[in-house]
Amino acid sequence: MPEVFASILTTLLAGAVTAAQVAVGAALIALVLGLGLALLTVFTRVAAVRLVIGVYVEWMRNVPALAHLFVIYFGLASVGLRLSPKAAAILGLGLVGAAILCDVFSAGMRALHVGQREAALSVGLSPWQALRCIVLPQMLRLSMPALGNYASQLIKDTSIASAIAAPEIMFYARNLVTSTFQTPLIYATAILLYASIVFPVSWAFNIAERRLGAGR
Amino acid sequence: MKDSLLTVEGLKKSYGADDVLRGISFDLKRGETLSLIGPSGSGKSTCLRCLNFLERPNAGEIVLEGERIGRVGTGGRERYMTDRELAPQRREIGMVFQLFYLWPHLTVRDNVALASIKAGGMPRREAYELAEEMLEKVHLRHKADEYPERLSGGQQQRVAIARALAQKPKLILFDEPTSALDPELVGEVLGVIRELAEEGRSMILVTHEIRFARDVADRVIFMDGGHIVEQGAAADVINRPQMERTRAFLGQVGESSGLAT
Repeated sequence: MPEVFASILTTLLAGAVTAAQVAVGAALIALVLGLGLALLTVFTRVAAVRLVIGVYVEWMRNVPALAHLFVIYFGLASVGLRLSPKAAAILGLGLVGAAILCDVFSAGMRALHVGQREAALSVGLSPWQALRCIVLPQMLRLSMPALGNYASQLIKDTSIASAIAAPEIMFYARNLVTSTFQTPLIYATAILLYASIVFPVSWAFNIAERRLGAGR
Repeated sequence: MKDSLLTVEGLKKSYGADDVLRGISFDLKRGETLSLIGPSGSGKSTCLRCLNFLERPNAGEIVLEGERIGRVGTGGRERYMTDRELAPQRREIGMVFQLFYLWPHLTVRDNVALASIKAGGMPRREAYELAEEMLEKVHLRHKADEYPERLSGGQQQRVAIARALAQKPKLILFDEPTSALDPELVGEVLGVIRELAEEGRSMILVTHEIRFARDVADRVIFMDGGHIVEQGAAADVINRPQMERTRAFLGQVGESSGLAT
């Protein structure tokens, strides 16, 4: 029995590495693209830009992530662009995350009183300095709870990448089940594995939130 | 005769069909304290915010020490400056807001020193020394390490004044600096402003504190409906208003502020 468990754990840990890579890759895309879209939509004077971003955000958020993964993986393959399952998962979850974080960041910026930025401009800071020194740090602080939620949701969502055969935890778990029939043990291990990743992450966000909150 | 620091000529501002400023012209001499008074919606705050282009006026000229504010070029090539181009000009003009707008994520010291470092290119140590000097002026040096939310409203506004002073501005604009304060905290802020006036700083003060305007300002402008109705020496305008609208306004606010005495 212990050997069986050890082999299950080793296999699932390999899946956890993939899951972590997908989560980190997707989070990077989501952060960069999400922040860019949020800044654009808050500061642009062109209504069409806001409209396009709004449609993107609604579209990505209101269609299941699984469907997006299928479109990216199978859809792109049918027009000749063949991504690995892992790359497709990173791209798909990243694009969905960008929509989520665009909402989070733009809400954070709108929650800031316009006077915060005006005060920064009135002391002679450039718009870029006002953004970097005054708006973004406060926006980030306001966004921390939502960012924590997003991070743990993202880690859990890496499981749907198993549907396009990305070799992550649930993918290996299902393979093990069909070859060993140790169903309860395998899924229990998978669950513990997810929990042992997600708990520390949300805990870290809680601490960061409190740290940032100290200077209020 | 003191020389002119700021000239405002034909300033106009409208939001859609709503004309908030209908051609404001006045002069500020170096070292002078000017007070803008008038009923709510008369355009005094908008006028003040146009001076450093937080609001972009639709027409008119603003000239500070011979330098045109907010616009470049002549004739057909004339255009408004971008916020980036405006930054050095805004640095010459301090502003104190009704709601303070201290930055809550920075300590009091950093609130006052930030612009010296980022916009003034000052080494951090020097900026901190200047910040503490300015905090001393508003009697809050001992609060340098606190975060703004730990201070009372009156203390926050005094920090905001220190922040404006650290710009070493040629002109300081006060936009109803005591309107958001509890009554018992108004005095400490007015006290600091009075000290600045006595130092001979050039200031423009939008206020509802009529008695304070009379005692501290050199000159008063009374505005109503986007026009200047009356202007002159502070005591003249407030004690012996010439225009009927000025009299009506002062009569109304005088009852509540005990001005008659």
